[in-house]
Amino acid sequence: MALTRSNLLRPLTTSLYRPFSSTSSDSIITVETSIPFTGHNIEPPSRTVETSSFELLTFFKDMATMRRMEIAADSLYKSKLIRGFCHLYDGQEAVSIGMEAAITRKDCIITAYRDHCIYLGRGGTLVETFAELMGRQAGCSKGKGGSMHFYKKENGFYGGHGIVGAQVPLGCGLAFGQKYNKDEAVTFMMYGDGAANQGQLFEALNMSALWDLPAILVCENNHYGMGTAEWRAAKSAAYYKRGDYVPGLKVDGMDALAVKQACKFAKEHALKNGPIILEMDTYRYHGHSMSDPGSTYRTRDEISGVRQERDPIERIRKLVLSHELATEKELKDIEKEIRKEVDEAIAKAKESPMPEPSELFTNVYVKGFGTESFGADRKEVRAVLL
Amino acid sequence: MSIPMLRLAKWGLISKRCFSNTTTCESGKTVNLFSAINQALDIALDTDPRSYIFGEDVSFGGVFRCTSGLADRYGKHRVFNTPLCEQGIVGFGIGLAAMICITDRETAQLQKSSLQIISFPLLIRHESLWSQIVNEAAKFRYRSGNQFNCGGLTIRSPYGAVGHGGHYHSQSPESFFCHVPGLKVVIPRSPQQAKGLLLSSIRDPNPVIFFEPKWLYRLAVEEVPEHDYMLPLSEAEVIRQGNDITLVGWGAQLALMEKACDDAEKAGISCELIDLKTLIPWDKETVEASVRKTGKLLVSHEAPVTGGFGAEISASIAERCFSRLEAPVARICGLDTPFPLVFEPFYMPTKNKILDAIKATVNY
Repeated sequence: MALTRSNLLRPLTTSLYRPFSSTSSDSIITVETSIPFTGHNIEPPSRTVETSSFELLTFFKDMATMRRMEIAADSLYKSKLIRGFCHLYDGQEAVSIGMEAAITRKDCIITAYRDHCIYLGRGGTLVETFAELMGRQAGCSKGKGGSMHFYKKENGFYGGHGIVGAQVPLGCGLAFGQKYNKDEAVTFMMYGDGAANQGQLFEALNMSALWDLPAILVCENNHYGMGTAEWRAAKSAAYYKRGDYVPGLKVDGMDALAVKQACKFAKEHALKNGPIILEMDTYRYHGHSMSDPGSTYRTRDEISGVRQERDPIERIRKLVLSHELATEKELKDIEKEIRKEVDEAIAKAKESPMPEPSELFTNVYVKGFGTESFGADRKEVRAVLL
Repeated sequence: MSIPMLRLAKWGLISKRCFSNTTTCESGKTVNLFSAINQALDIALDTDPRSYIFGEDVSFGGVFRCTSGLADRYGKHRVFNTPLCEQGIVGFGIGLAAMICITDRETAQLQKSSLQIISFPLLIRHESLWSQIVNEAAKFRYRSGNQFNCGGLTIRSPYGAVGHGGHYHSQSPESFFCHVPGLKVVIPRSPQQAKGLLLSSIRDPNPVIFFEPKWLYRLAVEEVPEHDYMLPLSEAEVIRQGNDITLVGWGAQLALMEKACDDAEKAGISCELIDLKTLIPWDKETVEASVRKTGKLLVSHEAPVTGGFGAEISASIAERCFSRLEAPVARICGLDTPFPLVFEPFYMPTKNKILDAIKATVNY
């Protein structure tokens, strides 16, 4: 299964993974999740997860790519090549990676504005990502969306939404469509701990339970809704219990294998019994968005503590090393390779031109307005854009 | 894309318009827009113990730092964070305002009316506030036969472009709310204006939506008197006298219009520039008097041209001064597209677009 869904590294698979063939790539490795799952109105799945050498190394490479990409986005933002809003995912990579390992591209994912890595996990490329971030034609939304609006319809990624919590009811519609079409697939509706207090979330919950929709509500609890700690905003921060009549599962969202186990379990449950909530206990290293240094409402010690104790990439690194699937040097080489890959993607994205001026008027309605007036500033504007 | 903010600083504004305990600008410090707002909120909390500020992240200053220090000064029971649930917050505010109005009805005259201020850090969530603001807040007085109201409610929200805000965070939704009788919509153009207008909005016995130009939070700097003063609502101000054409605008757009007026002057066109300040109920008389003098009108705003508030001004003036108008009313506004990210410079009603329209209208 892992073989078919490996997406980030397809071009590199052969070259990079040959050195690690000391352990056969399909041999099964059994690992315990970091902590047990906690269930609400449901018997939680076992802590024992099956994985393989190939899967662990794929996890490592995919997550390291995401991490590197987000760090690069941070510096592109600071050098003003990315404008607008930009929310980074570093720290939360295990959620995307673990989820993708448990599902197929027939399953749908819909999320909010912290979407770069989810997009990558769904099969997006680095070039498309950077191009979109910088508003270039080669971007996944043709440069018209920007950081918050990534989509990949053919792989079941429904974006990329800017309003807190607004994507969750949309997810109900997706799940209804899947059920209606007898797709035997599910929808993952992702939202944060801040959005968990939105009224529309409960409306969505009720509808999906009422109609037994194959809907999985994934609460990525990174413990801060913008700059407000969860306990300041929520009477009950046990988000997996918030569904009351809908069962829930609390998952260590920093452990990709735990996430995989939970998502597999949730998918089976949702297809049979309707919605379930997965609370992913995770952490974002960056601030909420680029205007938030991320250090005014939490201590630097807290952040470095999470980095040391719970970092999702380091967890996989340790597993790889302890099972002797690769040496420390080989992992370092992979990271170097990723760094190069990311830099090349940025260079390529920068080569892509800005969208044509006429694109301003397309996609508003099916047909254009027939207006293409740029007014008195046309010349000056061109100079700014190109 | 720099805006000549010195120009803003030059606009004298307090002298003739003060309607409460205002005196002329004497002990002003030079501050930016968000500091001026902070001062107004500070005064509001200080002068009325029944005032509260709540909203997303306000207790540690809010995204734009407008509420910095207020929680420390007035306590967490009066300045507090809410969860991210806009509809709930507004509903909560309406209830609180109504409650205070009932128990304290006799003091509901100006200055003593109860108030609270809701602050929204980002302009992203109006759609979910819609029902609460339009149905609950705006019609409360009317549908209860004046038994209840939420006149103490002031909703602060940033609006407008910042150069790179993208689809949601750059919008100018003022005309949506202008379509709702029962609400007042106020937009200041500068720090000094913001302080006076915000205090008026807070003390006005009607629910007010106070839009703050995001672009100007740090950019606009001018002297702001430190004391408590109010600027009247529903009174427009002629901020530049002229004879050939009347320009009407509000908020951040005025700085661009002022620049266009300067350029037009070099071409020998004398422009009269009016800051509308309150969009609803708006000061038709001031605009009408000016158009009767100049015979021409240009309206400019960032919101899309179709259905924007410029359309209302244009129609009203056509009704009132049809025979005096010498040219069609010009509207230089945002384009009828979603607010674009990379195309923002194309979308915006820039100075040169305004200048061209001034020339075209004058030479009609």
